[in-house]
Amino acid sequence: MLTKRIIPCLDIKDGRTVKGVNFENIRDAGDPVELGALYAQEGADELVFLDIAATNEQRKTLRKLVNRIAHHINIPFTVGGGITSVDDVSLLLQNGADKISVNTSAFKRPELVSELAKEFGSQCVVLAIDTKREEDGQWYVYLNGGRVKTEMLCADWAREGVSRGAGEILLTSMNNDGTKKGFALDITKELAGSLTVPVIASGGGGTKEHFVDVLGEGKADAALAASIFHFKEIGIPELKGYLQEHNITVRI
Amino acid sequence: MNLAIVKYNAGNIRSVLYALERIGKEAVVTDDPAEIKAADKVIFPGVGEASTAMGYLKERGLDELIRGLKQPVLGICLGMQLLCSYSEENDTDCLGIFENQVRRFDGAGLKVPQIGWNNVFGLRSPFFDGVPEQSYCYFVHGYYAALGVDTIASSDYGLVYSSGLQKGNFYGVQFHPEKSAQVGERILTNFIEKI
Repeated sequence: MLTKRIIPCLDIKDGRTVKGVNFENIRDAGDPVELGALYAQEGADELVFLDIAATNEQRKTLRKLVNRIAHHINIPFTVGGGITSVDDVSLLLQNGADKISVNTSAFKRPELVSELAKEFGSQCVVLAIDTKREEDGQWYVYLNGGRVKTEMLCADWAREGVSRGAGEILLTSMNNDGTKKGFALDITKELAGSLTVPVIASGGGGTKEHFVDVLGEGKADAALAASIFHFKEIGIPELKGYLQEHNITVRI
Repeated sequence: MNLAIVKYNAGNIRSVLYALERIGKEAVVTDDPAEIKAADKVIFPGVGEASTAMGYLKERGLDELIRGLKQPVLGICLGMQLLCSYSEENDTDCLGIFENQVRRFDGAGLKVPQIGWNNVFGLRSPFFDGVPEQSYCYFVHGYYAALGVDTIASSDYGLVYSSGLQKGNFYGVQFHPEKSAQVGERILTNFIEKI
């Protein structure tokens, strides 16, 4: 039986792992390769590396980092940040990335998703969506690391992304991210229950119960978190043991 | 031991090389026919789209080359599917080593692609020595090879399908041994040391 996945996320800036609160106040959390290898050993199912300050200059550094990661870890990993073309993706895959994630660039030019799916297959195209619930109660898409609001509803964009060939949706709730008060169960459940591709829930995981909630009630296929792992608040073996006790299928 | 990894336009070629390095095996990544033919063992990896990959192989004559190989060959993921007869993915005729057809997952409520860790069972062949029944391996695929006489491992995702195939010197696995932690490392070691 296919298991639910636990995915530590490493936000990368200048080659270091960082973690922001509500996308701001960046804190340093260590060497990404060292952390990634540790998580793999502890039983993480996948890793996500997001280059949160990707520029042309830093892209080369990212490729080198991806290559180091690929040498050292024996589980899959996704790389995102600043990807705008088939060529960008080709280079990352050649350096050992298993999947790539696109966010703002795909929103601005949705054909990118189609092109990537055609060239590399849907299975390596993750569409990352940052979303925020506004006062009208609707979830809107945000761009540029949460700094730019759009008028597009999250569910509409997710559906379009999937129809263009995205193989997975990485859904981050900006209302919840960094709060450690739990994942956004409603929007996660809405997408996970209606889309034909897996949904990775992100933002707000602070306790083991939160993971039970989002993988159970929230119907997420995977749950992603950063700071609780980076700052050793919850160990992966401990979390997986807890999930198993609560009848959630995990790889132990 | 002379190991060759077939170089083509399909994804995770380097991942396989790095996984081999982690278990202490060297390999060359090559699309040179002479080098592939001369290798003791050949790994045919791949993540990607079937018609694009087949087109690339044909342009370079690698389709005929792979079909004619006599040494042990291991197809991984898309590599395994390309060793089958036909794929529904963009209506693609494949290499035809295994008679199995490759179809799209379309069960009710099934997420496609399947992404993640799933069990392998019904394991046969020394290829799986030391790999316990129901071990977890990492899968990423929207299409599957149906069961057939060449099936040497099965998995269940809405239906039971081939997660391992073997016919003569050709082997194939749907999952990614290079990304399947210790279980995958054991399988790669078996292919190199026991086949």
